[in-house]
Amino acid sequence: MKIRNTKSTLFKGLIVFLAFLITIPLIIVLLYIIKQGVMQVNWHFLTHVPAPVGEPGGGIANALVGSIIMVGIAAVIAIPVGILSGIYLSENPSTKLAYYSGLCVDILQGVPSIVIGIVVYLWVVKPAGTFSAIAGSVALAIMMLPIVIRSTEQTLRLLPPSLKEAALSLGVPYHRVIIKVIVPCGFSGILSGIMLSVARIIGETAPLLFTALGNSFLSYSLKKPMESLPHLIYTYATSPYDDWHNLAWGASFILLMFVLILNITTKLITRKWNIQL
Amino acid sequence: MKWETIFRKLLIFVAALLVLVIIGILITLIIESVPSIKALGIKFLWSKTWDPVQNIYGALPFLIGTLLTSFIALLLSLPFSYSVSIYLGEYNPKGWLSNLLKNSIELIAAVPSIIYGFWGLFVLVPVIRGIEMKIGVAPYGIGITTASLVLAVMIIPYAASLGITLIRMVPSALKEGAYALGATRFEVIRSVVLPYTRTGLFAGVLLSLGRALGETMAVTMLIGNTTSIAPSFKELIFGPSNTMASVIANEFTEADHTEYLSALVELGLVLFFVTVIINLIGKRIITRFTQS
Repeated sequence: MKIRNTKSTLFKGLIVFLAFLITIPLIIVLLYIIKQGVMQVNWHFLTHVPAPVGEPGGGIANALVGSIIMVGIAAVIAIPVGILSGIYLSENPSTKLAYYSGLCVDILQGVPSIVIGIVVYLWVVKPAGTFSAIAGSVALAIMMLPIVIRSTEQTLRLLPPSLKEAALSLGVPYHRVIIKVIVPCGFSGILSGIMLSVARIIGETAPLLFTALGNSFLSYSLKKPMESLPHLIYTYATSPYDDWHNLAWGASFILLMFVLILNITTKLITRKWNIQL
Repeated sequence: MKWETIFRKLLIFVAALLVLVIIGILITLIIESVPSIKALGIKFLWSKTWDPVQNIYGALPFLIGTLLTSFIALLLSLPFSYSVSIYLGEYNPKGWLSNLLKNSIELIAAVPSIIYGFWGLFVLVPVIRGIEMKIGVAPYGIGITTASLVLAVMIIPYAASLGITLIRMVPSALKEGAYALGATRFEVIRSVVLPYTRTGLFAGVLLSLGRALGETMAVTMLIGNTTSIAPSFKELIFGPSNTMASVIANEFTEADHTEYLSALVELGLVLFFVTVIINLIGKRIITRFTQS
């Protein structure tokens, strides 16, 4: 008996040790990025484009603007499509179409981001003959879709059916029931899904490599190549110059802050929502 | 009444659009890889030479690189993802410490892969180089070892978060029965919890593997990007190598003729099939597990 109890305690010790050990690489990475990046960030850094090698100063304005524009357009494309598909999947769980689109969402979730990059290159960049911000947005929108769809679907499934039945029995037309009753009730769940998906695509580099490409100048044109935060980090991190590495550390810090803030806000929203339910 | 019909039609249209997108992706990849498939056939997958200048394309070096990095990363991550699942699922499912650990695991997945790559390039590579000098292999620093280490950390959350949910679903009657027979906690976990969740945990491992196979940026920055296969096993593990995703990332914008581009798209097609099949098997197991 004693041996068995010791064994049990030892096993628990091992599990606890291993479970907490994996937070160490996370903490090391986060602290290192913060330490290297926080020194770089100031107003000048946020409002200027990268300086040529050897010149002091320079910033990441082009990448900041580019990331915000491309993620914004991706969201404009993906959010309506994602929410509507989510509504369809939760409203018609047993149709054939629902089975196949559900399957497609699962597939889309597993497609490596680099493959999305290839496909959008062939769809948008090749016919247009130029890399463009709009191609980058399309790639990001495809990456966003599965998360928005699944979170909408799951949130709406949790709502009690009596809600919909009550509204329908009052004679409210179907589309108004969905728009005025069902979606507002699941709003926080849908919102948290949207924020999670934005947090995910804002750090995506691979789909942008052959779509938006990158641009060392500030550009607002959707038909031209555009820089983004992750792509700027990739280009400058793999360059041989120390000044450029510092620029990339600063950009990593900003990117990390975006991701952290989005994730923490999502956590707060879902927690609040759980309490209300 | 009219608006209602339009709305219903719109829902159907959007759901059908999703199916079209996936079919479109598949067809585009297949059509664009036709020149390469025609020229090389199935040999593409196991010929060793990748030389775009001479128009010779063989994907074997990248297949080996992809499989090695992914499986090493998977093996390294397994003890950790199982431990996290067991700890948060069985030992400590509630409370602030449990929440803190769960949120940090989720954070591991949230950090963009480019940041892991950047950190690995400047912090891990010198460390690995030092170790390689001590054990007497060529001190590249970059290569399969480094890439797998970073990849292992990155894929832990996928298996772990599923594992936590599944272990929490084990009926307490089963566990209590075992306790009543005098089993210790370890024995309950070994002979009730783990066997009950075995297939589900395996699905989590598949999801992690799917992530590992398709991961691009962190691996591209750390693997060294060479197109040849190392002559010895030691050099293969510690020396530079390449994966399918990173060869696409590196060479796609340089592909200046049809065969070259087509060979790269075919790599993408292979990657697409492999990851999709692995993911679908994983998802299927999960659905079956949660429904039964």
